[in-house]
Amino acid sequence: MCAKKVDAIVIGAGWAGSILAKELTEAGLSVVMLERGDERATAVEGDYPSSIDELRGAIRHRLFQNLSQSTVTIRNTLDQEALPYRRLAAFLPGEGVGGAGLHWSGVHFRVAPDDLALRTNVVARYGKNFIPEGMNLQDYGVTYEELEPFFDKAEKVFGTSGEPYTIKGKIAGNGNRFAPDRSDAFPLPAMGEVYSASLFRSAAANVGYHPYALPAANASAQYTNPYGVQMGPCNFCGYCSGYDCYMYSKASPNVNILPALRQDPKFTLITKAHVLKVNLDADNKKATGVSYLDLRTKKQVELDADLVIISAFQFHNVHLMLLSGIGQPYNPQQNTGTVGRNFVYQTITTSRAWLSPKQYTNLFVGAGGAGVAIDDFNSMNFDHGPLGFVGGSPVWVNQAGVKPIAAAVGGPGGKAPTWGEGYKEAMVDTYRHSLTIDAHGSNMAYRDVYLDLDPTYSNAYGQPLLRMTFNWKDNDIRMNQYVVGKIEPIIKAMGATKYSLGMLKDGEVFDTRRYQTTHLGGGAIMGTDPKTSCVNRYLQSWDVSNVFVIGASAFPQGMGYNPTGMVAALAYWAAYHIRTTYLKNPGPMVQA
Amino acid sequence: MKYGLFTRAAFFGVAALLAGSVSELRAEDMSALIAQGKYVAEASDCSACHTVRGRGEFAGGMEFKLPIGSLYSSNITPDPTHGIGAYSEAEFSRAVREGVRRDGASLYPAMPFPSYARMSDGDLHALYVYFMKGVQPVALAVPPNSIPWPLSIRLPMTIWRAVFSPSVVAAQKDVNRPLRDDEIERGAYLVEGPGHCGACHSPRGMALQEKALSNSNGSLFLSGGAAIDGFVPTSLRQDQRTGLAGWSEDDIVQFLATGRNRRGEAFGGMTDAIFHGTQHLTDADLHAMARYLLSLQPHQPTLSAWHYDPSAANALQAGDASAQGAKVYVDHCEACHRSDGRGYAPAFPPLAGNPVLMSADPASLVHVVQSGAVLPGMTKAPSAFAMPAYSGILSSQQIADVVTFIRKAWGNNAAPVTAAMVEELRKSAPESAIKKGIIPLN
Repeated sequence: MCAKKVDAIVIGAGWAGSILAKELTEAGLSVVMLERGDERATAVEGDYPSSIDELRGAIRHRLFQNLSQSTVTIRNTLDQEALPYRRLAAFLPGEGVGGAGLHWSGVHFRVAPDDLALRTNVVARYGKNFIPEGMNLQDYGVTYEELEPFFDKAEKVFGTSGEPYTIKGKIAGNGNRFAPDRSDAFPLPAMGEVYSASLFRSAAANVGYHPYALPAANASAQYTNPYGVQMGPCNFCGYCSGYDCYMYSKASPNVNILPALRQDPKFTLITKAHVLKVNLDADNKKATGVSYLDLRTKKQVELDADLVIISAFQFHNVHLMLLSGIGQPYNPQQNTGTVGRNFVYQTITTSRAWLSPKQYTNLFVGAGGAGVAIDDFNSMNFDHGPLGFVGGSPVWVNQAGVKPIAAAVGGPGGKAPTWGEGYKEAMVDTYRHSLTIDAHGSNMAYRDVYLDLDPTYSNAYGQPLLRMTFNWKDNDIRMNQYVVGKIEPIIKAMGATKYSLGMLKDGEVFDTRRYQTTHLGGGAIMGTDPKTSCVNRYLQSWDVSNVFVIGASAFPQGMGYNPTGMVAALAYWAAYHIRTTYLKNPGPMVQA
Repeated sequence: MKYGLFTRAAFFGVAALLAGSVSELRAEDMSALIAQGKYVAEASDCSACHTVRGRGEFAGGMEFKLPIGSLYSSNITPDPTHGIGAYSEAEFSRAVREGVRRDGASLYPAMPFPSYARMSDGDLHALYVYFMKGVQPVALAVPPNSIPWPLSIRLPMTIWRAVFSPSVVAAQKDVNRPLRDDEIERGAYLVEGPGHCGACHSPRGMALQEKALSNSNGSLFLSGGAAIDGFVPTSLRQDQRTGLAGWSEDDIVQFLATGRNRRGEAFGGMTDAIFHGTQHLTDADLHAMARYLLSLQPHQPTLSAWHYDPSAANALQAGDASAQGAKVYVDHCEACHRSDGRGYAPAFPPLAGNPVLMSADPASLVHVVQSGAVLPGMTKAPSAFAMPAYSGILSSQQIADVVTFIRKAWGNNAAPVTAAMVEELRKSAPESAIKKGIIPLN
């Protein structure tokens, strides 16, 4: 078969793929980016006002993965048969150019430095026996100081709005005092605060916590990024999560990177290209390229390359590695292999407070990344010793804009009637006078929570589906219950007329039918030991050195923060080392 | 030092003529000449009319719809059969500057030869070399013009040419008139000559001739033209409210380089002129053009200056949307253009003080509302921006109301627009900018 040859193939047109494609073309490489979904342009798909049609958008899944072609199977425990995830609910992977980076909210964190070496930190502070049996607690193998320039770069590309705490060791603003030091300010000032967020700020401060403005990749002003692309300012319309921003103010690969990348003649984007597998040479040491299905012609295409970047959504990265035979699949019984190991999620629950009828929160107003948070119970910022769990949660009011259908489906909450006049009154009361507070927590990795290929179900192209084995664990349930308990005094300090606390119950089982978060992680994790990680600290496959696997698939634990900022920083970090080290001398960058 | 785009090109032109053949030039001189010719082609905006997506560069075939039928732009690639490969340099020069085809027939004045008559010998030579040696031949015929006999007889065009198009000698004499300094002379050459700005921005007479071909013909030159594809070219002179009064040199340079600046964004045919043409010019040339434009006295010197009036913004910000069209404005326009009408340039252009919407003829504004607008990404500003089309959402009355509001608010004080006018303009509304096919990809 006659295959075309390029310098590098990038799989997936989301944030990670777009960043790698931009960096590699800047390095002079010819790059083909393969995206299985459609081309997406704000001016066409996001044409106002149809762009903010909730039925067409979030309800009918305009920008999400088409599960009728490929999905995952899910089970809670090893002894169950996994069933296909046929209706989007618990998590919402993207599809099409921009990927989930087009329909995300825009919360744009860096990382809590302690989370990068969580095992080392927990052992140092509480001893090895503090780690529960069956928890695969691990370090990333990279430090915050090493990643800082790339967090900075990502913020400048995204046009991130925020308020710093310290810059180069000096107090520079009223930002998050638990946040690590910065080399520079945010490119834009923090977003304005809606009423619910400012109320949370004063109440949290009164209780003794340390509120700060959420860092948001929603532009607080018009902005031109280092690539020369331009953004308009956010107007708090609330159509962020699930939508492409018609104001060009929510950062996305489409708005912030691709306009510049598409001008580069060395760059080619091929849509409707479903990658079937990465092709390896005879002894499985080198990738020779990829095989993809051209979804327009239904023909299989071989494309050769010197370098293959797997940068699709988290679980697609793991799926592709398993389908391609890159690395050894994880086996939970024997605790061997690495691909699929440390599959993690996040532990998120929502509490609600109702205010007096004179206090208007107007939940339809909002911006996906804006709000006020506290980090007092995140990461290693508090004493876990007497609590006996690992992990934590930032807590925030992130009024992202509740659309009418979502509000109606969600119902009035609390103990309101479920129909009739009382229901209607409660709906109005909730929509106009309530606010929600999230505990947006970490999720640890466990020996019997993992990803592998499903033995029964296959996708539309005849390949086995990816199987998720996932359940909530006691450590994370207790963490969530503890942090939610800390929300109660804030709600009281707000003067709420009533409230309900959302928390996981003891022994609660993971339920796929309710939206929780799309922040899936792990399965192809980074680390310093090839026995317990898939990729090295530069996100290079331990087994096939010309394959890099970029994304939240590299996270050894689910962190409390939203993952996109970390994904972008890791992408720029990996790209930097590919450009400065790998391309000069291709081969393993860390000796196993 | 007058007025080749490149004095080197002029030198090589002479050298080539002496040598008798283009092909005898040394390779590096040839590639320099080709590069210079490419620049002249960009300054002359050739591809805006002669390149149609999907046919190949300069392969022609762009349709010009006239009431009497359709014209198609020519294939100007060096293909000997379908293009201009058989043209000698003299024949090429005669076509570009005098509007005479190789077979002696007159070109329709959609080809701006009355402006190109001003182009220097050196530029013409570089342009010829570029089209012969730097452009890929495309063996594609253009559709035949569909103008029926006897209107298809080109004799009237010959008369038209004789009456309205200057001789090369006369044009060159006007080019050589002294202006304030070399830079302004350079700007005048670019604007009046290859740039052919007047083809759209100057008024035309009964026979569709430009009423003035250079500023030496008087202040009608660049004082604003008749609607093209539904959009009305503004005055480029120092006219208050409807012209470039208040634009700085940098504003003009930025607009020509990127299609956007703090005062507005390009739409309609101007996006093509920038995309294919001016964005490729050097900063020095753009500054020269800007300085020349800033030197043009107003055509209507009695127009008063625009001053911002905050009352409309104050009313909207106090929740008062009782003014005619204010509610439509709040619901459909304010998110980007803001209650104060100042927009968020360069992403979203200001409406307050924008010369496009204070003109007597409201066609541009009404058509932008009806059909939307797309600003493509440019090399120096890769982001594309789109304004949605509202003709499917708003009634003619609503469009009349909102356009009236926009024309009145923030000190704009232009005349109201009626639903009947909007209904009439529906007929000439351009195709939706987004559907037209220039999909801005971000």
